[in-house]
Amino acid sequence: MTFYTILFYILAALIIVTTGLAITRRNMVHTIVYLVFSFFGSAMLFYLLGAPLLAALEVIIYAGAIMILFLFIIMMLKEEAPESRLFPFRQWLPATLLGFAYLVLGSLLVVSADPETGEPLQIATASPAMFGEYLFRTHWLAIEIASLLLLIALVGALRLGRFDESESRKAEDAS
Amino acid sequence: MVTWIAGMLMLTVKLSLVLGVLLFLAAYLVWAERKFLGRLQVRYGPNRAGKFGLLQPIADSIKMITKEDIVPTAADPVLFMLAPAVVAITALLMFAVVPFGPAVVLWGREIPMVITDINVGLLYVFALSSLGVYGVALGGWASNSKFALLGGIRGAAQMISYELSLGLSLVPVVMMARSFSLVDIVAAQADYPFIIFQPVAFIIFFISAVAESKRIPFDLPEAENELGAGFHMEYSGMRFGLFFIGEYVHMQVFGALLAVFFLGGWHGPLLPPVIWLLIKIIVISLFMIWMRGTLPRLRYDQLMTFGWKVLIPAALVNIVVTGAFILI
Repeated sequence: MTFYTILFYILAALIIVTTGLAITRRNMVHTIVYLVFSFFGSAMLFYLLGAPLLAALEVIIYAGAIMILFLFIIMMLKEEAPESRLFPFRQWLPATLLGFAYLVLGSLLVVSADPETGEPLQIATASPAMFGEYLFRTHWLAIEIASLLLLIALVGALRLGRFDESESRKAEDAS
Repeated sequence: MVTWIAGMLMLTVKLSLVLGVLLFLAAYLVWAERKFLGRLQVRYGPNRAGKFGLLQPIADSIKMITKEDIVPTAADPVLFMLAPAVVAITALLMFAVVPFGPAVVLWGREIPMVITDINVGLLYVFALSSLGVYGVALGGWASNSKFALLGGIRGAAQMISYELSLGLSLVPVVMMARSFSLVDIVAAQADYPFIIFQPVAFIIFFISAVAESKRIPFDLPEAENELGAGFHMEYSGMRFGLFFIGEYVHMQVFGALLAVFFLGGWHGPLLPPVIWLLIKIIVISLFMIWMRGTLPRLRYDQLMTFGWKVLIPAALVNIVVTGAFILI
């Protein structure tokens, strides 16, 4: 057992435990804090695999930007701890079915996989420049599609913001 | 094994030196701020403890440490106690990638004058500065007080808005240095500092940095006359002190980053490199204090309009123009 293996298991345990806590906590702010720890663990895992760029981006985008936005919205809402109750039966049924299907498919994948996939990946360090060149040379179409999607979301957000403004003006005129 | 132990020892020495200098400077920046602000407002500033009030930071820290550590009953205790540490730790850790001199050869070993030179140094700084927002937002939320919550919300909104322009203003610097590593960026400015080619980026970065460290004119999260003290209203003793340390270390870190990205880092004639970096940090910090003595606080809508409608478009245009120049 090498040093890296030990680190991997510590990080994996951290990710699983914090994600589990994030799902089960009722206080939404606590959920976010646990989720941030989980993302942080994933970032460390990327770093361990020799991808510091991905690690930095994971922290900046997921832990830093998206979770802050969630936290921002939760802080704006009047926070009420929801009373503890079980979900209604009609929600339990699909959840159990989907979970079971996932479990079966997952075990099938593990069982039927090549024996070679059991080998651990070789650690390969990629510099940011190499990574960028690879990404933009081989996966340029996916990047273009993703940026188009973001542009559409941006236009949509602008439209929603504009609409709200004119509505409130109408309401003001009426009053 | 010997190399390993020597490396470990060297790292410990560097870490403790940087930590010591940062905390010492933070304490005396508070003194300088109070003294300088006092003079700007035609009063003396601290002058009781020691000559020129020079022992004031020591008296202040003794007071902070011996004061009672109050956790309000309605607060969320764990997050309340964690939040100040997040602010101070993220500010201190940012200094790990700032180079403070060329590599030195000592007993036949080459010692790089930087704690760690990772190839994504610039992104590491952003990762930490975006995590620093949690200290402000969670501190405000966990206090369970209306003023603190308002301060926390303002802080979160302000810091994520200005982080964008902060990041975008540095893209031209990365394009010119062709690296994310702070050591390479300083090395690329051996002949001319980048401020000559990138004055717009320098101004955008400086304004965003002041906003990120929540200082006047961008101190909406702690606006005293509306919110009491904003997000750190319920804190007492050394936990309040940690927020304070975080703010003053932030000033130094942004001073160091401004020096590294635009003013040539440790490059400078005659004096040794470390002294040059320190001079640049102190001059930028004093400039920030001067701004605090001169400018009034912005209104909230002005803050958001300025960040989103002026700084970010200007940074984007700057990237396009720099790209065009590099292609030609």
